[in-house]
Amino acid sequence: MTTTRAATATGTGPRRADGPRKAAGTAPYAYEYPVADLAYIAPVQATVARGRVLEVDASDAEAVEGVLTVLWHANAPRLEPDPDLSGLQRAAELAVLQSGEVAYRGQVVAAVVAETFEAAHQAAAQVTVRYEQFPHDVDLSDQRSDAVAPEEDHRQGDTAGAEPADVVVEHTYTTAMQHNNPMEPHSTVAHFDGAALTLYESTQGVHEVRRTVAAIAGLDPRSVHVIAPYVGGGFGSKGPLHAPTALATLAAMALPGRSVKLALTRRQMFALVGYRSPTLQRVRLTADAQGRLSGIDVVATVQSSALADFVEQAALPSKSMYAAPNRRMGHRAVHLDAPVPTWMRAPGECPGMFGPEVAMDELAWSCGLDPIELRLRNEPDRDPHTHKPFSSRNLAACLHEGARRFGWDGRAPVSAARTENGWRVGLGVAASTYPVVPPPSGSRARIRYEGEGVYVVSLGAADIGTGAWTALTQVAADALGAPLERVRVRLGDTTLPEASLAGGSTGLASWGSTVHAAAEAFRARHGQAPEPGAEAEADLPDNPDGDDFAMFAYGAQFAEVRVHEATGEVRVPRLLGVFAAGRIVNSRTARSQFLGGMTMGLSMALHEESVVDGRFGHVVNADFAEYHIAANADVEDIQAHWIDEEDPHVNPLGAKGIGEIGIVGTAAAVANAAYHATGVRVRSLPVRLDDFVGA
Amino acid sequence: MNPFDYHRAEDAAGAAALVADNPAAAFLAGGTNLVDRMKLGVTAPDTLVDITHLPMDEVEELPEGGLRIGANVRNSEAAAHPLVRTRYPVLSQALLSGASGQLRNAATTGGNLLQRTRCVYFQDLSTPCNKREPGSGCSALEGYQRYHAVFGASPDCVATHPSDMAVALAALDAQAVVQDAAAERRIPVSRLHRLPGEAPERDTVLAHGDLITAVELPAMPMAARARYRKIRDRASFAFALVSAAAAMELAEDGTVADARIALGGVAHKPWRARLAEEALIGAAATGHDFAAAAEAELAEARPLPGNTFKLPLVRAAITTTLGEVADGVRGRGAGPDQGEGER
Repeated sequence: MTTTRAATATGTGPRRADGPRKAAGTAPYAYEYPVADLAYIAPVQATVARGRVLEVDASDAEAVEGVLTVLWHANAPRLEPDPDLSGLQRAAELAVLQSGEVAYRGQVVAAVVAETFEAAHQAAAQVTVRYEQFPHDVDLSDQRSDAVAPEEDHRQGDTAGAEPADVVVEHTYTTAMQHNNPMEPHSTVAHFDGAALTLYESTQGVHEVRRTVAAIAGLDPRSVHVIAPYVGGGFGSKGPLHAPTALATLAAMALPGRSVKLALTRRQMFALVGYRSPTLQRVRLTADAQGRLSGIDVVATVQSSALADFVEQAALPSKSMYAAPNRRMGHRAVHLDAPVPTWMRAPGECPGMFGPEVAMDELAWSCGLDPIELRLRNEPDRDPHTHKPFSSRNLAACLHEGARRFGWDGRAPVSAARTENGWRVGLGVAASTYPVVPPPSGSRARIRYEGEGVYVVSLGAADIGTGAWTALTQVAADALGAPLERVRVRLGDTTLPEASLAGGSTGLASWGSTVHAAAEAFRARHGQAPEPGAEAEADLPDNPDGDDFAMFAYGAQFAEVRVHEATGEVRVPRLLGVFAAGRIVNSRTARSQFLGGMTMGLSMALHEESVVDGRFGHVVNADFAEYHIAANADVEDIQAHWIDEEDPHVNPLGAKGIGEIGIVGTAAAVANAAYHATGVRVRSLPVRLDDFVGA
Repeated sequence: MNPFDYHRAEDAAGAAALVADNPAAAFLAGGTNLVDRMKLGVTAPDTLVDITHLPMDEVEELPEGGLRIGANVRNSEAAAHPLVRTRYPVLSQALLSGASGQLRNAATTGGNLLQRTRCVYFQDLSTPCNKREPGSGCSALEGYQRYHAVFGASPDCVATHPSDMAVALAALDAQAVVQDAAAERRIPVSRLHRLPGEAPERDTVLAHGDLITAVELPAMPMAARARYRKIRDRASFAFALVSAAAAMELAEDGTVADARIALGGVAHKPWRARLAEEALIGAAATGHDFAAAAEAELAEARPLPGNTFKLPLVRAAITTTLGEVADGVRGRGAGPDQGEGER
């Protein structure tokens, strides 16, 4: 795979193909489809964190005018007991209303279906649920003896005895529980017509929904039609399915012929669709006096659920980041009476680069080194984990280019050195990384010539706001040698050829490579002058280099942080990221992806924290007034740049995937800058005024 | 949300009578807080009396140099009004520091005063809350306390009043004009809200059916240089952890002749810092005096385990705000501007 095509449309920044439709409000989202015979679902959620539903008294609810049915485990349709689910699905999470067991507070224990939204919600408030309550346990700690290692620790050498150990940095770093909150909440409209099920679903992959729903509902996948051409954001929680989709399917089974719809409230988003586990990262770095690492030891304690397992891979990114002869990376999971965690933008890397990148900053200070220089001294020449060569690794270039653009050279070599108008000012840096995840097999694309120069490109991919509509148009135009405006892309429907999930930043690499292959197949079969109606299809090609190289994208993030002398308030007037992520196909949408990731990283750094009240077992700050997400005023000067990186090994496009790397490292850069500003080291996110006030 | 009847009020006394006659009735103004509570099920009125069409939407000068702001004046209009900006810029600053542009366009002066606490337990029907359900218990007492009180709380309730505007009004000696079915009366804003005591379900001294028709600001020359400082986690669209509104007048010898300080985010009501005010009178208006004033007030503070960080914030809010006011009064630094407000 050493030939990449001379690009014309790729690398430029055409406007979003879907932009005008979204701006005009004509791009329909799942909840908005004009369907007939509507009915509305209102879930009833458990008010105990562990127990058993003994009885549901729905008499008052059923008396509300317009109520069609009240479902609970005694009367809900049965789901299939032996689901054939893909590895990313959690069967227990999807077994909605199949038993009376309550595994976490907020779990769906009943649901009202009614003619109107208002009636459904009014009636849901009048459902009385009687429980047998059991003691619950939601306390995450790294001191628990019942924490389990889900796999053997990765070990090379001996970190405990690593030498030289002239300098040792050993601390626990923690990241907060976070909840996915795309603008469009999880939404489903479901309709049974005989054995045929139609789902309008807010999802990162229509085919994954089809496969999963067919498996749990005992349906032939060919009879399930899933539609999602437009999705109002998906940061991971819309990858695996969660209880609401299963509930909507159940309600549609109970009311054949009706179109039942469910959109979660913001509050429900904090209970029903997963979350990013909090992490407690024990990091130990040993180095010689010149900052050359002799050992890297990272053990991350995370929470999983008693209902089903999901282990946030927070120790993973340290495996390949820096050179050191002695290494250990491991996880400890504590299973709690809590919802099942899930993906959230850059699962693993995002929380997992906080502790180690702050520890690297601490090491730099201990060695009296510039933190950029420290990272350069520990650049590996091969992947320290697999010993394979890197397909390309340009972290150093990102650090240099970022330093130049950010004005790093003027940074004071001491902390707490600069105060302006009552604000302590500091600069910080951290590295970013995200793997080039091998695209899952099974994607297929079709290209059809419609005549008059127009080509239609079809595959069932979901554009979750990333720009896939636009970038795939560019890829197809280039591969076909056709003008952009003559290429029509069709996405987001299971009637189109199968496409992999939008996840792991694989979308463009996976679908783009598939479209590229389909275009080559089309030209091979039909030549440059096809007849109208000519078609070709192709599957995602294998990557012949896939096993021979370690493949990662890299970045360097720089932050200026101001901490108010008197109040401790933390503000970030400047953020700058430089990324090396292979070829950038669309400069406009790529910039949005990087900036969006960095903004979400800023939000993680300063704000986001789901607060679990252990007495009750649920997240109590479950709205946007209390669960803060960065607002416009938090984001001042923010810049994303990239270096031109040729990587002939990753895929035919040379593109590494950019959806997630922007959020990786931001929080560490902010914490490191806050230290430079104040001399106060914050090892626990979010970084807030309480860390500094009075300090 | 439960079904409810809707009445469009014809006049203030009639609206007051309609609500007074029905314990389950409520006034509807901007709806930015009431409708949220109805969606959550925290409040379930069976009747809404819409007062938004009543003629209470003017900002008028009062004969003695004061200002009358109608209860229906939107927060964004009040903040932008030239007389507010020149005579009471601290009110403009407070208004602009609250909520978001969209909310300020809808929220009214009366409604802002009467918004209810955002204590997470008050808003969560699945947890006990004495304010929502008297006698059920206070979940915040041993729970999430970041936004909770450090002054004047009780074992039954540690919630805070969330308004920024009310803090400025309390400092400005503003009065609420209150209409009931029979008559009109005036209540100082600093005494409008209650401390929770044993009846946290009652936010204010108003009787059910009392309608706020206006807020009156007395003439106060030092108000022209008063300032509002809001300390919060997020740079905008966040409730105050601690806020301060302060005004000060210096005598010819440079000592403090008069002072007004009110704090937000610290109590069940806008907290008039009278101990700090008393400590300031006659003092030399130095940073040391401002710190001493803050300490005088803090002697009354009773923080919760989860919000001890608010004590240094109270100190910082009082000292930095007074410092800015003093600079303005002495003709240095920040003058009587219109405030940074929402960036």
